[in-house]
Amino acid sequence: MTIHDLTLAELRARLDNRELSAVEVTNAYLERIAATNPDLNSFITVCNETAIVEAQAADQALAAGEVAPLTGLPIAVKDIFNTAGLRTTCASRILENYVSPYDATAIARIKAQKAVIVGKLNMDEFAMGSSNENSAFGAVRNPWNLEHVPGGSSGGSAASIAAHQAAAALGTDTGGSVRQPAAHCSVVGLKPTYGRVSRYGVVAYASSLDQVGPVTRDVRDSALLLQAIAGYDSADSTSVDTPVPDYQANLTGDLRGMKIGLPKEYFIEGLDDDVRKAITDAAATYKALGAEIIEVSLPHTAYAVACYYLIATAEASSNLARYDGVRYGLRDENAEKLIDMYMQSRAAGFGTEVKRRIMLGTYALSSGYYDAYYIKAQKVRTLIRQDFLDVFEKVDTLLTPVAPTPAFALGEKTDDPLQMYLSDIYTIPVNLAGTCAMSLPCGFSAKGLPIGLQLIGKPFDEATMLRTAHAFEQATEWHKRTPKF
Amino acid sequence: MKITRAEVEHVGRLARLALSDEELDSLTGEMDAILDYVEQLKTLDTDGIVPTAHAVPMENAFRADEVKPSFTPEQALSNAPDASENAFRVRRVIE
Repeated sequence: MTIHDLTLAELRARLDNRELSAVEVTNAYLERIAATNPDLNSFITVCNETAIVEAQAADQALAAGEVAPLTGLPIAVKDIFNTAGLRTTCASRILENYVSPYDATAIARIKAQKAVIVGKLNMDEFAMGSSNENSAFGAVRNPWNLEHVPGGSSGGSAASIAAHQAAAALGTDTGGSVRQPAAHCSVVGLKPTYGRVSRYGVVAYASSLDQVGPVTRDVRDSALLLQAIAGYDSADSTSVDTPVPDYQANLTGDLRGMKIGLPKEYFIEGLDDDVRKAITDAAATYKALGAEIIEVSLPHTAYAVACYYLIATAEASSNLARYDGVRYGLRDENAEKLIDMYMQSRAAGFGTEVKRRIMLGTYALSSGYYDAYYIKAQKVRTLIRQDFLDVFEKVDTLLTPVAPTPAFALGEKTDDPLQMYLSDIYTIPVNLAGTCAMSLPCGFSAKGLPIGLQLIGKPFDEATMLRTAHAFEQATEWHKRTPKF
Repeated sequence: MKITRAEVEHVGRLARLALSDEELDSLTGEMDAILDYVEQLKTLDTDGIVPTAHAVPMENAFRADEVKPSFTPEQALSNAPDASENAFRVRRVIE
């Protein structure tokens, strides 16, 4: 048994029966990170000292019999979460030296269970990107093929779980940023319904779309981590006060009577043949498991990317106005006047893609264009959301590809922002509709790159979605493959 | 052309971003291409459609007005580029 190859659930059992201590587990992961991070670059900060202190506290809790589901389990978090006393960079020069004075709610909840935070993960700057190439701390590489991207923006989260650098990770998903990298790295990534998990303390990109989600090696671990972070938080007035069911208890494997929809607009030109075959095979697996497969329609799918890149950039231009060099973050000390300090600090601190999105969003919100772009996009968002509500009258879950192709090569799309944006065509509609979705391994391309399938669930019905995912995982072996790394 | 270089320069000032000549050139082309792409939204009839600002139907979220612990001045200033006398210090604002 190699410690870093164990899942959360397997580690839980070994910690509970004293076969392993939290300090042993943490040391094994810190060694694994030290050995692999030079190649992957998935971590921005490794918590070599604090992780051991947290592991010792977990061992004391275990000895005292005070055990929560995550006690002593090594978890890494995207560098977008405020973590008290640790640097939170958002992969940006503008926050390079920012040390959080407080914990995000999701962090406070896993800390309350005495999970061990092993490090802060690399990402696209301010979560803007689909390849993790937009990081001020360098690109992350895909553990399945180091010349390929891991996906983004939670590229460090997915790469670290695929390479067994942590047992589980937290990411964020605004237009696919948990699901797309999970698919490209052959791990499980879940985006909860908007409002299911508190956004308090998560550095904001597009506030009406951002949501925190777990990245794990299998579906059971996804249920375990979601359980820990889900639920109402008075510090986030958009979190929803609705009961959180027992997600693990729902993993029954029973799909009798389940109706799974295949939206025809997701199987169009531009979908890679290997991906198409893997999703078709997955539908056949579901049929064999007793589910009914039904073709459905989401008629406004083609408009989602255009809609998203107006709404998300408008919200980003507003959210990122706070980086002005006054209260925290980079300040240009040479500026003579206050306005020059703003303009030069922001120019020096933000990367190319962040500037591009701030500019696009500022333009969409500016006088004379507000109705034509921003309000128009919000109206189209209503149509996209209604598509999902209509289709969920007929089916329980949707089955789709996560991305049109397997992971592309490093540098392949960096010169063409629009082509990069279009790689999120199957994940973006879910954020606009506000519902839940997840990515799980379902095959490999001819070149050996992972392929993921996406399940889209009804709003606040993560339980049914997880049950549907778990049944597929039980019937297949894809999630057991690991990169030769 | 959907957007001119002069308009990009104006938007840069609105966004408080100092942009180099090279950035203005590349942004003009890139923003033009993106705005051309989003033009497709105009083909959809959205008369009478209510805009969605928030995907989950929700009323105003009220809470009790209670005093709760918050940052100390030291915590609030802990990341300040420049601070003095419990305040953030910046260049002279009024000429």
